[in-house]
Amino acid sequence: MNKESIVNVIEAANVEAITLVSNLEHSGALDIVDPFMFRLSIFILAIFIGYYVIWSVTPALHTPLMSVTNAISSVIIVGALLSVGANFIPGSAEASDIFYAKTFGFFALILASINIFGGFLVSHRMLAMYKKKV
Amino acid sequence: MSANIVAFLYLVSGVCFILALRGLSNPESARLGNIFGISGMAIAVLTTLTISATTNILDGILIISGITIGGGVGIYIARKIPMTAMPQLVAAFHSLVGLAAVLVAAAALYAPAAMGIGSPGNMHTSSLVEMGLGVTIGAITFTGSIVAFTKLQGLVSGSPLTFPKQHLINLLIGISLVLMIIAFSLTESHFIFWALTFTALLIGVLIIIPIGGADMPVVISMLNSYSGWAAAGIGFTLGNTALIITGALVGSSGAILSYIMCKGMNRSFFNVILGGFGSDSNSISSDTDENRPVKRGSAEDAAFIMKNAGSVIIVPGYGMAVAQAQHALREMVDELKKAGVSVSYAIHPVAGRMPGHMNVLLAEAQVPYDEVYELEDINSQFSQTDVTFVIGANDVTNPAAKTDPQSPIYGMPILDVERSGTVLFIKRSMASGYAGVQNELFFRDNTMMLFGDAKKMVENIVKSL
Repeated sequence: MNKESIVNVIEAANVEAITLVSNLEHSGALDIVDPFMFRLSIFILAIFIGYYVIWSVTPALHTPLMSVTNAISSVIIVGALLSVGANFIPGSAEASDIFYAKTFGFFALILASINIFGGFLVSHRMLAMYKKKV
Repeated sequence: MSANIVAFLYLVSGVCFILALRGLSNPESARLGNIFGISGMAIAVLTTLTISATTNILDGILIISGITIGGGVGIYIARKIPMTAMPQLVAAFHSLVGLAAVLVAAAALYAPAAMGIGSPGNMHTSSLVEMGLGVTIGAITFTGSIVAFTKLQGLVSGSPLTFPKQHLINLLIGISLVLMIIAFSLTESHFIFWALTFTALLIGVLIIIPIGGADMPVVISMLNSYSGWAAAGIGFTLGNTALIITGALVGSSGAILSYIMCKGMNRSFFNVILGGFGSDSNSISSDTDENRPVKRGSAEDAAFIMKNAGSVIIVPGYGMAVAQAQHALREMVDELKKAGVSVSYAIHPVAGRMPGHMNVLLAEAQVPYDEVYELEDINSQFSQTDVTFVIGANDVTNPAAKTDPQSPIYGMPILDVERSGTVLFIKRSMASGYAGVQNELFFRDNTMMLFGDAKKMVENIVKSL
């Protein structure tokens, strides 16, 4: 066996080994985690954070708590903004569907904006009233 | 912007919201917390605008006009709304979050490519399940909040509305919702999506109508929780971290508030949700009590008694909110303090129509928050107090909750007002409270009833002081 053919054999073995490892990575134990699992992890951990944070809220501020949670849940506005920006791409969707999506998005945008501005402002108004004894 | 930076900014926005809620642990830090909340929202909106990368002028006009219209309406409402109307305002705001969730889910169904979740007819089953859940909870939040709003605003009667086979019908509709979510996630059918939405809108009405006015603190908290879960559902569909975090925070916030409210009434969550409480009027006892003697007093009597007392505790209830008596009450307390009387306020967890309702009204009347105490902090003080002044509260002072196992309110934590030297009750009439039970306290020797409108009565007391 000459030197060249030995190199060829080693290279072939190398390629095979790499293929085997990458096959292994894509099956079973080394499988890629579904993004859903990351979202679920964030969700569950955020529930725990919420649990501890909310229990530390003083009962005197329960009404502002509701108006603040109301305002921040309007972060759903990100979905509304994406819908309004929906573009017609030929072949991917009907033009009428895009029109519907934009319309829904526009109304969602108005509703969420009412909530964001109204919610934060009314919270501010309430919180400004709480005064200590002078 | 790279996808990683975008994801990071949404995370920052979520953290700002956590800090906004964390601030509410005390009134001083709460104001800073609100600024964190606003910053989080600004970050989320700006980040989204950069990735949607819309070069279309029309889209830009739509976005600016949508935010301007909504923002204008929101600012107008928030500036004009009186503090006594806060429960209905919060209910109305919840309904908007619910409807926005429905609309965003619909938009995602029609144009999934815009949200980066696949192409029409070819979406992930998991996205569809999340979308189905989000739209269902959103629709329930929407109509449920509208019913709660109409009850709180007095557009419809606050009394529970019940009809035969109510729970069976609700159960069947609930099961059909589950089946429709499954069918929708398997087929991605637009028809099933809308059927699901309308059924959820219907059940939202049906589950709130049997719940009476004074149970509204639980209902509002529950709808608060639902609006959070709806947002989280949409967050899963869109794969948006800020929405998922916020949804989880708001969802658990509402759930905890519901729990606190239920505990304040010693009733289980299901007992409240199944509704009908206080509708079967327990008029048996009140008929016989009609002629029992009570000690009536005038504003002058009340003024004299309180001026000569060493300490007074004030117990406000929903009646104070209805009569808008909080400002007159603060004036009365100012006069008493000038006369050297020590005054504090005692708040029952379920006083009013939403969690913390009384605290906001007292804060509006410029009562310092460190004079206002929660039930467990002040209950031991009543025995060392000369006079308790109950204004617009009833059931939360009823000793039957401790002594009478037959009473519908038995086991509910109450303010021990009967332990104080004298109890003054402002009431419009001898009518029983929400629970439909007579309050034994009215007939005691150390109780004086002040009949009349709470605001006028307090104003007369101020004049006499």
